[in-house]
Amino acid sequence: MSRHAQLAAKFQSNKAQAAWHDETLWMVREKRDRMSEAVPEWEHLRDAASALKLYSNSHLEELLLQFEENAKKNGAIVHWAKDDKEYRQIILDILQRHGVHHFIKSKSMLSEECELDPFLLKHDIDVVESDLGERILQLMGKRPSHIVMPAIHIKKEEIGELFVHEMGTEPGNNDQTYLTHAARRNLRQKFLNAEAAMTGANFAVASTGECVVCTNEGNADLGMAMPKVQITAFGIDKIVPDRRALGVFTRLLARSATGQPSTTYTSHNRCPHPGGEYHIIIVDNGRSRLLADPVHRRVLNCLRCGACMNTCPVYRRSGGYSYSYFIPGPIGINLGMLADAHRYYDNVSACSLCHSCQNVCPAKVDLADQIYAWRQKLQRYGVADSTKHAMSVGMQVLMEHPSWFNAALRFAPLVNKMPRFLLYNKLNGWGKHHEMPKFKKPYKF
Amino acid sequence: MKVALFIPCYVQALYPEVAEASQRLLEQLGVEVDVPRRQTCCGQPMANAGFEEKAAGLATHFETIFSGYDYVVGPSASCVAFVRGHYDRLLGADRPQRCESEGRVYEICEFVHDVLKPQKLNVSFPHKVSLQNSCHGVRLMHLSAASELRVPYYNKLRDLLSLVDDIEVVEPERRDECCGFGGMFAIEETEVSACMGLDKVKRHIATGAEYIVGADCSCLMHQGGIIDREKLPIKTLHLVQILAGGAGQQKGGAL
Repeated sequence: MSRHAQLAAKFQSNKAQAAWHDETLWMVREKRDRMSEAVPEWEHLRDAASALKLYSNSHLEELLLQFEENAKKNGAIVHWAKDDKEYRQIILDILQRHGVHHFIKSKSMLSEECELDPFLLKHDIDVVESDLGERILQLMGKRPSHIVMPAIHIKKEEIGELFVHEMGTEPGNNDQTYLTHAARRNLRQKFLNAEAAMTGANFAVASTGECVVCTNEGNADLGMAMPKVQITAFGIDKIVPDRRALGVFTRLLARSATGQPSTTYTSHNRCPHPGGEYHIIIVDNGRSRLLADPVHRRVLNCLRCGACMNTCPVYRRSGGYSYSYFIPGPIGINLGMLADAHRYYDNVSACSLCHSCQNVCPAKVDLADQIYAWRQKLQRYGVADSTKHAMSVGMQVLMEHPSWFNAALRFAPLVNKMPRFLLYNKLNGWGKHHEMPKFKKPYKF
Repeated sequence: MKVALFIPCYVQALYPEVAEASQRLLEQLGVEVDVPRRQTCCGQPMANAGFEEKAAGLATHFETIFSGYDYVVGPSASCVAFVRGHYDRLLGADRPQRCESEGRVYEICEFVHDVLKPQKLNVSFPHKVSLQNSCHGVRLMHLSAASELRVPYYNKLRDLLSLVDDIEVVEPERRDECCGFGGMFAIEETEVSACMGLDKVKRHIATGAEYIVGADCSCLMHQGGIIDREKLPIKTLHLVQILAGGAGQQKGGAL
């Protein structure tokens, strides 16, 4: 049994909470369905998005250099980071040069990937997450369980209790509006005190040198509005050729992610404040390596919308923490394997190969086909499941000998008469939740 | 027209009545059917579990025993989808021509719907049935419009059942969400798989249907096992058992 299966079983042991999680995320999938229904050219948009991503990811050198040139013209300072270490160091250098102690940032999956926050805290920089979900998790010391709705697994009662200690709210008052206002007041001070701000980027436009950030809370914009020192960091796969291409993606992103026609704010960051500095960090961290892999390179199409998680029947019923990689669900299974297959192989079992993820993906990443392909490699890595291997060997031997198979068919009905304790025990995973099907006398054709 | 019946291994062992109904249906529609005796398994269970190389020999065996037919027809969308989607690669790159099975293998409902195209069946099934739109049938073989895609609604299973008298056909909420079988997924991810199965069965029951009807015995086997364990008020049937007539009356008619 994989580690994912064990943690999923733990998640399932609280039936009410598990059912709530499934229904909540299914509602997001339904909102996505309704939104996409209102766009008659939806499937054409997906085709266009997929083609654009394949184009830009195969013209990275040209597009990224064009971006750099235009960003410099806008007055930005452009840095290149080959890995997470360089990314962290570039940020630390900028912050230390300006004597920054209070640092406000909006949600960035790249910063999670590169483990930025713990690094900065170690260097005495008080980094504050300004996305409300991320802030709640930061205060709780927990990691996100979803890439778009990071705190979706946390109930408002837990947040109410947290805010009593952190923000001095009334004990027992778990009203959403009340708690949100408290968070707003608390964060407002952080915004005002910050000496530097940072965001990720959903898109980087080569033809204009601008970074586009899509949020609902406006926290990225508020953060970037005041401090003289601003930073945006993005992975090389975020590059899009021009604003026309950008339009294809912004039409798909929010509809796929949260079932909104667009996010409340779609902000284009372009140049520094008067007298300030705008730093843009372009990060590889293993992405260019994926381009050489014909089976898996399409994962670079991913927009990080999370639609594959919302539709995944396994994710909805096992929760984000059952996956060992920081990104869960179908895209997380794949990204984890690409990051470090020996460390994250145990998420590969979390898929019934239903292929729903491929159908919702706005950029047509072939997620399920890639999970199938990863499964074929586990044996080579020496981490394949021994029970499944034994069953596969047994089946192969029997099925490659039609006369043995036919004989087995004739004798199989004897199994039906076996005593129950021989059929239903720890060795029979099937028998835990199912009655066994009855073997029958073979049909004579 | 030379047609061979492909009866997947577990259908031979557990659901001979589906094999029988498949043959009867095709014969009623005027097709002469061969059933190669040496057929066993398509190899999908091993491949989906991550042991594709253990399916390669079976692919070669399948290609050999089903050579010379115009169509190879089987009552299991998932197995048929596996042959179509993987056999050419499994047979090896050093072959002079493409895999032949790939182009002529059909799921039986798809074959009746797309190739035989009957206008009437002369069967009655005075019951309410809920459609099991199985994942590989929907998303790999396009037997019906996938709920994720913005394409006009169609459903080949529903089309076929519209030829049956007195039947009422409904679909459950979340009409094509996975039931959680997934081959060895059901054994490795026991708890999630069982939860998915129970959720699916409950949604079928909520329609008020007496039967869950589909084109994949494997989804029906998974849900059937849960129905029996939980003693739930619904039964399972493969679509061919209704189309061939006599389902519900014959002994052991239900899966």
